[in-house]
Amino acid sequence: MIRVQDPGLETTVQDTGRLGYYSIGFPPSGALDSFAYHVGNALVGNEPGAAALEAVYLGPTLEFTVDTVIAVTGADIPAFVDGEEIPTWESVAVSSGSVLSFGQLRAGARPYVAVAGGIDVPLYYGSRSTYTLVGIGGFQGRALRAGDELALGADARDPKAGRRLDGADVPVHPSTAEVHLLVGLHSYRLTEDSLARFTDTEWKVTPDANRVGYRFRGAELEFVPREQPFGAGSDPANVTDCGYPVGSVQVPGGVEPIVLLQDAVTGGGYATLGTVVSVDRDRLAQTKTGDRTRFVPVDLDGALEVRRDRLGALDRIRSALT
Amino acid sequence: MTATEAETETRYDHGGDEFVYVELSAAMSLPVHFTSLAITRRLGEEAIPGVEEICPSNASYMVRVDPDRLHPRDLVRELQRIEGEVGSLSDDLTVATRIVDVPIMLNDPWTHEVLMKFRDRHQDPTGTDLDYGARINGYETTDAFIDALAASPYLVTMMGFVPGLPWCFQLVPRERQVEVPKYVRPRTETPERAFGFGGAFAVIYPVKGAGGYQLFGSAPAPIFDGEQRLPDFAENDSVVFFQHGDVINYRRVDREEYDDVRAQVDAGTWRYSYKELEFSPSRFLADPDGTNAAMKEVLYG
Repeated sequence: MIRVQDPGLETTVQDTGRLGYYSIGFPPSGALDSFAYHVGNALVGNEPGAAALEAVYLGPTLEFTVDTVIAVTGADIPAFVDGEEIPTWESVAVSSGSVLSFGQLRAGARPYVAVAGGIDVPLYYGSRSTYTLVGIGGFQGRALRAGDELALGADARDPKAGRRLDGADVPVHPSTAEVHLLVGLHSYRLTEDSLARFTDTEWKVTPDANRVGYRFRGAELEFVPREQPFGAGSDPANVTDCGYPVGSVQVPGGVEPIVLLQDAVTGGGYATLGTVVSVDRDRLAQTKTGDRTRFVPVDLDGALEVRRDRLGALDRIRSALT
Repeated sequence: MTATEAETETRYDHGGDEFVYVELSAAMSLPVHFTSLAITRRLGEEAIPGVEEICPSNASYMVRVDPDRLHPRDLVRELQRIEGEVGSLSDDLTVATRIVDVPIMLNDPWTHEVLMKFRDRHQDPTGTDLDYGARINGYETTDAFIDALAASPYLVTMMGFVPGLPWCFQLVPRERQVEVPKYVRPRTETPERAFGFGGAFAVIYPVKGAGGYQLFGSAPAPIFDGEQRLPDFAENDSVVFFQHGDVINYRRVDREEYDDVRAQVDAGTWRYSYKELEFSPSRFLADPDGTNAAMKEVLYG
């Protein structure tokens, strides 16, 4: 069991997500930085898909009541067991009574804690992921609080301390993140100048940045004037309400682009100008308020190549850690 | 692309590496909606490997694809084939559905309080959302506008935003349809169970949160129940009440009846009243008012 001594800022239970219910409005949820999440599970010897903890900005303080194996991945943040600094991106044995704590974030935004066997919370619509917006899944549908007690799963495949991710594979978290964007959807609603400005601008992450989506500031974008189609509404940013892909970018009012993440709203009526390539949402998840983001345009083949490269690397890493 | 082209030609596009977005028309209409429904139903029946999720919506639909199993370009080819086979709206299409009585209090105190906080994000910072909606839709009084909102039933043409939210398209000829813009910038706050309107669609917000729709009223009964406490949710083993294709009759209630429904919800005894029926789009298009009257007769009979 894990006893939560201090929950940090917003620490939640996450897995690969709740798939299959997008059409009734359930976003996938799940770990925002899927690379860090998957590597964490591989390091501690879990099957892919075991639930882990995702924190943001501040790490939690956790007491273990059993001997087990853990791994801290994701953001660049010092981690300690009983006051001794432990390596991150490496599996570490902890004993019953040990306390895991964190220092100050150096780079990135979200640390992950994987534990042998995974966090054992009930499956809700097929997933252990927390979706706090409507209060379902994870640990009682909410972020952790002091005093919470988390059960651990018993089906770790091969828990072992000392597995380490090769240094060359450890992600760096620059303060200006670059993510690939497939331009499209309703991009024709923006003027050519504005579309170019979107990909030329270094956008600043606003304080309104969470698991649902990140809002940015940095430039003003203009829509092509038109007679609005019936059903959309008269504002030039409006379209007839439609599905929003996870990772899609909308620009209400032309001044505040929003990129949807794993707790995305699944549809709505603002024009979208494109979609961030799925594996690059990991990078957005490791940016914080005040950091900058550039959207680098790719075509579909480019998007699929980015995906293939990243998933191929993950496969190689998993094999190496088995 | 010109606006005219955008309104009349099906657009196939890629939402990143994992989504294909298909817009049958930039404008909303019932024939286009039923074409979207026919295509997505056929796609579901074909069970093509790599098609992970199918999301029909108002005048478009979206498919989540596993690009490691099915190339998104191959998926687009399949969708174009299905569009050709399904064709346009067939006269004998009927949809098995139900008509649901949904109490609603328009011009309620709760959404009024919230909308007044966000005037700086609204097209008309000096008025209310209802006054604005009445004016731009050509109604002489806000009361007449409110009457029109509740006068005819709505069809659920899309689900989502958050779990269980129904997009409702009023079943009246186009010249009688209400249309309003979404807020210039979305609010960061919307009360739970708010009745909103954006574009040509009415919604009920299942939970509190952000939102960009004009706020017109409040529903006393929940449409999302995460713990399945109420019998409507427990008996169907679902956390959401509405389904795609439901017909909703919004029935105006006063404060007294609103509070009475709230008390039934608190006591765990609230149940929606609804009746099953077959909805025929072609019959509706031929005689909207007659079809609506017949459906209300089934519900309240």
